[in-house]
Amino acid sequence: MIGKHFEEKYDLAPHSRGRRVSRRVKSIIFYLLLLIAISLSLTGLLSLIVEIGREGLPWLSWHFLTEFPSRFAEKAGMKSAIMGTVWVISFTALIIIPVGIGAAFYLEEYAKKNLLSKIIEVNISNLAGVPSIVYGLLGLSVFVYYMGLGRSVLAGALTLSLLVLPVVIVVSREAIRTVPESHKQAAYALGANRFQVVYKVILPQAIAGIMTGTILALSRAIGEAAPMIAISALVYLTFVPTSPLDRFSVMPIQIFNWISRPQDDFRGLAAAGIIVLLITLVIMNALAIYIRNRTQVRLEE
Amino acid sequence: MTDNDAVLSVRDLSVYYGEFRAIKNISLSFQANRVTALIGPSGCGKSTLLRCLNRMNDLVPQARVEGEVVYSQQDIYDPQIDPAQVRLHIGMVFQKPNPFPKSIFDNVAFGLKINGLTNNIDEAVEKSLRSAALWDEVKDRLNENAMTLSGGQQQRLCIARTLAVEPEIILMDEPASALDPIGTLAIESLMRDLTEKYTIVVVTHNMQQAARVSDETAFLMMDEDRAGYLVESGKTDNIFQNPKDERTEAYITGRFG
Repeated sequence: MIGKHFEEKYDLAPHSRGRRVSRRVKSIIFYLLLLIAISLSLTGLLSLIVEIGREGLPWLSWHFLTEFPSRFAEKAGMKSAIMGTVWVISFTALIIIPVGIGAAFYLEEYAKKNLLSKIIEVNISNLAGVPSIVYGLLGLSVFVYYMGLGRSVLAGALTLSLLVLPVVIVVSREAIRTVPESHKQAAYALGANRFQVVYKVILPQAIAGIMTGTILALSRAIGEAAPMIAISALVYLTFVPTSPLDRFSVMPIQIFNWISRPQDDFRGLAAAGIIVLLITLVIMNALAIYIRNRTQVRLEE
Repeated sequence: MTDNDAVLSVRDLSVYYGEFRAIKNISLSFQANRVTALIGPSGCGKSTLLRCLNRMNDLVPQARVEGEVVYSQQDIYDPQIDPAQVRLHIGMVFQKPNPFPKSIFDNVAFGLKINGLTNNIDEAVEKSLRSAALWDEVKDRLNENAMTLSGGQQQRLCIARTLAVEPEIILMDEPASALDPIGTLAIESLMRDLTEKYTIVVVTHNMQQAARVSDETAFLMMDEDRAGYLVESGKTDNIFQNPKDERTEAYITGRFG
């Protein structure tokens, strides 16, 4: 009886031959369109990588990683840029992890759902779309001049933090929302207060998602050149920062500088720099994927 | 029902969700070491009433309560009372088993740890699991994830988790509705055993279950304005065999609801 009703409702009877064929043709066309779309984007990426590899690989060496920039292409390296990136990104992480997670928990678990929290929510999404050069100019006027930090590692880290915080907050909120309501209720019913629910129930379950998002945000920060140019990080630096208030250079700026030189050799150096930057990004993204997959397995158990 | 043995009394309780009144003017007492069943058609406010008894309803946005819920001579809605403390004394088991994605041991120990009751934690966990009739099934795999247990075992784990903090009253919101018949039977016989030490209030849709497990029954219905109210309450035998109100009889004999 149920079966009969089901057939009437969904009409499982075979279609006429003509309709079957036309459906098949449509599905093939659609498949081809998708194939073209993915090939176009992959071809672009592939040709980029091949070109960069061809120009840059000859310049890539241990020497390139451990030497300071130089007027002479064959002596130049990106040690100061690499170390500058490490410094700036470390401080960025120190800033965005507590602030981003704190803001996400506030919005998800503490803030009353009213007009103000709506406005904050909309604006966080908006901030994620602001061009990065705008953050650079903001950092220049607020951190470099107004707060008197100078063109320092700290000013750079604060600027990059502003840039990627919206992303961290949005991703962290998503992760917090995946924790089932029933687990929070169970904890409350056992006499937990709100902080304990956040700390003992939500955070352990959401932390992997939060870390994945944070790493992806940091890898975006590593690749940013515009805001760093705005706060005038150096391109020709023959020392490594030793404190957060030292001046610094970062990889994208070093690459930008080499590319803008007229000599062919420096273009090779730029390509080599791009390879180093790309490898760094691939490693960070792989780490993010690894963390995500590992927790998925654990939750499915 | 005399008020003398009552461990928990609801006095003239009304609950609002925003503008909507979910239950109105309910007065009801719960006797010590008894199982009280709350029955009634869907949407009549049984669960709302239950969740008001340990202030779990506070967590619902826009929920507002009028009236009193008196536990050990105190109104638990007194502004000076910490809801977390209330829930330590009045625990809750939910409709769907909701163990934490942690080990079996950590699930039971959770309430102890957050409340700083970390003396003899192993003993307390074993005792709770024994009381919840789960010890023999899990004693060799306390470190396994609780998600590996069957639905019925998970629900008994949730009961053990509630027992661990030694509440006086346990609220159960259709604790067997997500379980198979065997799991249901285990939970029901467990509820009978628990009355030795605990007072139980259980919401159930299942008339037979209410008749099987409860000593007292309260029947709620919904008014035209969709607000739930108490029709009658008393000894389960009386409610099921000689209901005073014809609406109770109609509901129990399955003529509506």
